Amino acid sequence: MTLEILGITVLWTFLFGYIIVGSIDYGAGFFNAYSIITGKDHILSNVIQRYLSPVWEVTNVFFVFFFVGIVGFFPDTAYYFGTIFLIPGSIALILLAIRGSYYAFETYGTKGHKGYAIMYGLSGLIIPASLSIVLTISEGGFVFIEDENPVLDYWALFTSPLSWSIVILSIVAVLYISAVFLTWYANKTGDLKATNLMRKYALIWALPLIITAGGIIYELKFHSPEHYERIIDLWWMFGLSFLLWIATVWFIWKRRKYGISVWLMFGQFALAFYGFGISHYPYLLYPYLTIYEGFTNQAMAISLVVVFILGLALLIPSIYLLFKLFLFDKNYLKGKQKKE
Amino acid sequence: MLFEDPVIASRFLTLLTLSFHIIYATIGVGVPLMIMIAQWIGIRKNDEHYILMARRWARGFVVTVAVGVVTGTVIGLQLSLLWPNFMELAGQIIALPLFMEVFAFFFEAIFLGIYLYTWDRFEDQRKHFFLLIPVALGAGMSALFITIVNSFMNTPQGFDIMDGQIVNANPIAAMFNPAMPTKVSHVLATAYMTVAFMLAAIAAYNLIKGSKHVYHKKALHLTMKVGLIFAIAAAIIGDFSGKYLAEYQPEKLAAAEWHFETEEGAPLLLYGVLDENNEVKGAIKIPYALSILAFSVPTSEVIGLNEFPVEETPPLIVHYYFDLMITIGVFMIVLSLVFWIGIKRGWAFVKATWYRWLIVLGGPLSFLAIEAGWWMTEVGRQPWILRGIMTVEEAATSSDYVGLISILFIALYIILGIGTVVVLRRIFKDNPVEKELKASQGGENA
Repeated sequence: MTLEILGITVLWTFLFGYIIVGSIDYGAGFFNAYSIITGKDHILSNVIQRYLSPVWEVTNVFFVFFFVGIVGFFPDTAYYFGTIFLIPGSIALILLAIRGSYYAFETYGTKGHKGYAIMYGLSGLIIPASLSIVLTISEGGFVFIEDENPVLDYWALFTSPLSWSIVILSIVAVLYISAVFLTWYANKTGDLKATNLMRKYALIWALPLIITAGGIIYELKFHSPEHYERIIDLWWMFGLSFLLWIATVWFIWKRRKYGISVWLMFGQFALAFYGFGISHYPYLLYPYLTIYEGFTNQAMAISLVVVFILGLALLIPSIYLLFKLFLFDKNYLKGKQKKE
Repeated sequence: MLFEDPVIASRFLTLLTLSFHIIYATIGVGVPLMIMIAQWIGIRKNDEHYILMARRWARGFVVTVAVGVVTGTVIGLQLSLLWPNFMELAGQIIALPLFMEVFAFFFEAIFLGIYLYTWDRFEDQRKHFFLLIPVALGAGMSALFITIVNSFMNTPQGFDIMDGQIVNANPIAAMFNPAMPTKVSHVLATAYMTVAFMLAAIAAYNLIKGSKHVYHKKALHLTMKVGLIFAIAAAIIGDFSGKYLAEYQPEKLAAAEWHFETEEGAPLLLYGVLDENNEVKGAIKIPYALSILAFSVPTSEVIGLNEFPVEETPPLIVHYYFDLMITIGVFMIVLSLVFWIGIKRGWAFVKATWYRWLIVLGGPLSFLAIEAGWWMTEVGRQPWILRGIMTVEEAATSSDYVGLISILFIALYIILGIGTVVVLRRIFKDNPVEKELKASQGGENA
């Protein structure tokens, strides 16, 4: 494995991590807001707050990790994506800032400002949408070079069915991932009403998810035939992903093994996400930037990998502790306090 | 102007974001240490008041941490959005400390989450105390690594440039650049100092407002003592910083001191204004002091600004920032030293309302000094983004929308700023110490 491949694998993994924990977070915010509007907040709020409060900051770090890491391993991306991404990136940043401060302002300040909670829920859908634009851009066809500087063609981007499909997929995926996870979490806390409600949401979003995901592959056939070919070469990954989706839905439908459903759902998204990533190889921004052209120097690459391994040695036990205390602790889950 | 020139707009937006972020970042670095100290004293002395102090500080801390995290995320991504050419180059050499900063931040985030949500979970307070160590450590490490990035921008090293390409990159050498030791230690010392004085200001304010509770007195004594120690440390390191500047960035020191002609036995100028002919008016001149600050020898030669090409000299406005920072620093040392001696010797005036008002004033003043110090160091390296290698003009984005985006960010910072104040007031106003103590132990009064 070359350092380039190692670098992009690490980053892709952290992006995957962000997509999963971020989706849970964004979706939970949305369901929270939705339950306030429909007057069901007494069912959901407790469960959602109890999970989210201790982990929101950690969620945010996954995102920071990705964009710092990509500039480290592939400094040229700062030049290309930095220049292009100013507007969508800034919008996402402002929304992220409003979301991030919500916890502090709302949870620790006063309880229950409706307007803020609704804004919070909506921002959770707009952020993934604005961030997912980067996936569309990297497909190529939306960026041209003018006076040696890359420029984004907003008109082409906004009129492209591909960009809208990716936006819709990102929103649906957020709602689905979050619903499946919270079904399990609510079940763990022993809250039957919340479990049933989340189960219903998970089932509602399952079908749109698979339709939009399939639709994107179909659209790529016309937008980037080369990329489409590579996806077809990897058909077994996407096929396996599809089977995992069926299994997840089946378990949730049958109200059985919510824990396994969550793992199956992770597996489904991992296969699709890595399949998509591998099929994009070797381009970071088609056709201008490949992982080989944009890679950092040897010395930096090695030191980044060393720091990464040392960092993980520190992080994995810490994350384990966090999970142990807040995700797998029976007393915490049920809202009881037991002194240790 | 702002809407036409992406360079000016990018500079403006970066200035705005950093100036706003620094307030929260300083709190984020300093408060965990103060919580740790309070919690430790509380455990050692078995004094409920200090434990409560740690708890109340932690509660306010969460609010500022949240804003610190989001504005930190903003500046992190803005670096690539506004300065893509800089990040492309710097990513080759300085990505390592940036990467390490994220790990430190990660580490801190995990344990902060655990610390804040386990107040009632441990019978033994010491267990809970141990959770604070990684928080304070992570916060300090974040400051360390991010300041390393900044010191690299002031004294770039660890690579060669051949035909416009980076060769012989050495990430470790880039991290241990000449600016790093003084910068990192000054940032840490001033952060701890500022936070201590901020908490002192809160305690003093509560005493002025009529709360006679011994809790506030304990808080005031503790924070003033810690503040004094770090203020003195900051001053000593500040002296080292002067020596570093004289050797590696003489143009910054010269601009800060309006020192135009190279001379031996150079005087230090305090205050004053500059007229249109660059003549200094009304400044206090301390003979030989600049030579002492620069090289420890009164007769040593200090390079003047006239030795540098005009297009490479920093703006002369940095002199005011320098004055502001030094004046506040000295004022805070005197204020806390007099307070401390006064307490020991039983001088009545340190407990007088007017003196407490000075302490209250010290909180915001310390933050002003932090801002002024950063403005001096950042504006003072104009026109360079990487001193001697890349100017800010070459580094800025080519996108035309920066001015527009700036307006959105201004609105965001206003919302966050007001939000912080409102929420913090709500947390503490309706829940004074007396009430909380009563609730926790059924009415023991001091």
